[in-house]
Amino acid sequence: MRRDRGRGPSGADDAGQEPAPGAVPAVDTRLLVREEGVKGYVDEFRRKLRSGELGSLPVVLAVIIIWTVFGSLNSTFLSAQNLSDLSQQIVGTGMIAIGIVFVLLLGEIDLSVGSVSGLCAAIFAVLNVLNGMNEWLALLVAIAGGAAVGLIQGFFFAKVGVPAFVVTLAGNLAWNGLMLQVLGTSGTVNIPSESIVSKLYSTIYHSPAAAYVTAAVGVGLFLTASLLDAGRRRKARVPFRPIAEIVLRTVVIAALAFATAYILNQYQGLPLALLIFLIVLVLLDFVLRRTTYGRRIFAVGGNIEGARRAGISVPFVRMSVFSIAGTMAAVGGIFLAGQIQSASQTSGGGNLLMNVIAAAVIGGTSLFGGRGTVWSALLGALVIGSIQSGMNIMGVSNAVQFMITGSVLLAAVVVDSLSRRTQKAAGRA
Amino acid sequence: MPESPVLTLRGISKRFGAVQALKDFDLDVHPGEVVALVGDNGAGKSTAVKSIAGVNPPDEGVITWEGKPVTISRPHDAQNLGIATVYQDLALCDNLDVVANLFLGRELRRFGVLDEVRMDQRARELLETLSIRIPSVRIPVASLSGGQRQTVAIARSLIGSPKVVILDEPTAALGVEQTAEVLDLVERLREQGLGTILISHNMVDVMAVADRIAVMRLGRNNGFFDKRSTTTEEIISAITGASDSAVTRRQARKREQEEDR
Repeated sequence: MRRDRGRGPSGADDAGQEPAPGAVPAVDTRLLVREEGVKGYVDEFRRKLRSGELGSLPVVLAVIIIWTVFGSLNSTFLSAQNLSDLSQQIVGTGMIAIGIVFVLLLGEIDLSVGSVSGLCAAIFAVLNVLNGMNEWLALLVAIAGGAAVGLIQGFFFAKVGVPAFVVTLAGNLAWNGLMLQVLGTSGTVNIPSESIVSKLYSTIYHSPAAAYVTAAVGVGLFLTASLLDAGRRRKARVPFRPIAEIVLRTVVIAALAFATAYILNQYQGLPLALLIFLIVLVLLDFVLRRTTYGRRIFAVGGNIEGARRAGISVPFVRMSVFSIAGTMAAVGGIFLAGQIQSASQTSGGGNLLMNVIAAAVIGGTSLFGGRGTVWSALLGALVIGSIQSGMNIMGVSNAVQFMITGSVLLAAVVVDSLSRRTQKAAGRA
Repeated sequence: MPESPVLTLRGISKRFGAVQALKDFDLDVHPGEVVALVGDNGAGKSTAVKSIAGVNPPDEGVITWEGKPVTISRPHDAQNLGIATVYQDLALCDNLDVVANLFLGRELRRFGVLDEVRMDQRARELLETLSIRIPSVRIPVASLSGGQRQTVAIARSLIGSPKVVILDEPTAALGVEQTAEVLDLVERLREQGLGTILISHNMVDVMAVADRIAVMRLGRNNGFFDKRSTTTEEIISAITGASDSAVTRRQARKREQEEDR
């Protein structure tokens, strides 16, 4: 609906087309349409807030509050070094959270991703380090393993009809058992620092140009895509985003991108892990919003019967989404193994599962299906990562950390539920 | 009828276990014609429609499409022939916008990527030809009214350029204004040369838009009526199967009261 605010080519209103003589105007006068200009923006924003379309606003506020609080309590929190470390630390959690976002879009849950991430890290470590398999091949096998695990769970959910909650709960235990089996008597396998998995995590491009060029390329792509889209829309005589709005959006994104690049360059430079994470986010965001497959995921999450009647293969969408969750769990597990340079019996355990689900939900993806973006994985992982990093700096004990992280998750779900209720009342859900 | 029928059903029968749901059912649908299918609950309307839509293929009988006998064994077959069905529950995805719902399952693509611009354009054209009034094609279907949702569901059935549209109780849950909007839309389908099968319990709606009325009773045909030469009473007695029924008795009582006054 955002695009409908555009001014039509002939200066006409939102209908975007000259109404045929005698035809009823296509726009209902009762509809609240954004007016042009800054005032229109503010009005639209207020209306969205009132009707519960919060989007990523709560999580952005949360990041600002968390950073302000920890920054004022301890100056090292906002140091370039800590923020750079944070940008690497969120990658493992964030990658797994992307898979959770896909599953949540269907309105389902995957409780096995923690175990799957540990299993895949163990597969890589045992194949490569203990058995001397080529490291690229071992990496491929580990990630394919994650995809296969997801497919198996998806099969039991989509074809057999077992609730996803139960399938993945069983999987959580079973895959953890398989990981212990794979690790065998060795218990812990250390991954040497020259291994590709360690390098994926620890490589940092020290040249300041790397971060700035990445930021510039990202901003440039966004601007080009927006302008091309607006151009095509103008030609097709459908409403398009006004140039002023495109410029404004580009400026905001550019400010964020170059500020991040500047901070990273203040310390060591652009971490490879962060770069890969961002590329994966952009690619999967594209898949979700711009491809038929992505549209089908949203359709199944919105109305299963409607999707089926439209000729969408619901079992295929479900199985593939669970496979994506497994794949992303494997990728995340590899990054986490690279971070601690080992795969051990505790890999993928602890509060990892809680953190990734929290990240996806805190980032603004609805638990009720059909609403969300992959970017919530980044934002949510940033919130969770910031809280952990801040509390570690402050020397807060694990006990307290768990309680606080749990409260933040609850708060996020409360916001989700309340905004859904408001949306229903405002006729938006 | 000047033109030959686009869809013909002859001797369609369907059994469900011990129940003969449909027996020797006949129906013709011509281009540019609205055929109302009426009957009491359990008269076999849904079974008849499901046999056309490919949901429950008939046990016996011949379905002829544009003069050629065809077999419709799956919903897909019906769609491929050009038969679109709008079910009562609409099956729209509330979280998707109007354009996404219209094109769901047959999205337009450009270089393998969703072509939002062309879908947007086609959606506007389609809604404009049907004079459908909705606030914007980019708002989620959740924020539309019941009548608007019904019109979007009907518009969606037209995306594949069908020749016959089946509407299952399109006005059942609608208010006065919204019912009028949907009936307007049905008339526009007729103007565009589509054959329409309208299932309805509402005699006022049926008499308002239908050209012919096919009455069903206990799984069989119970008369075809031309709208111009029939009355509501006649149809009701065909539906209930007798000139003496609860409905006619009530009407007679009312008339007497009127006369007494």
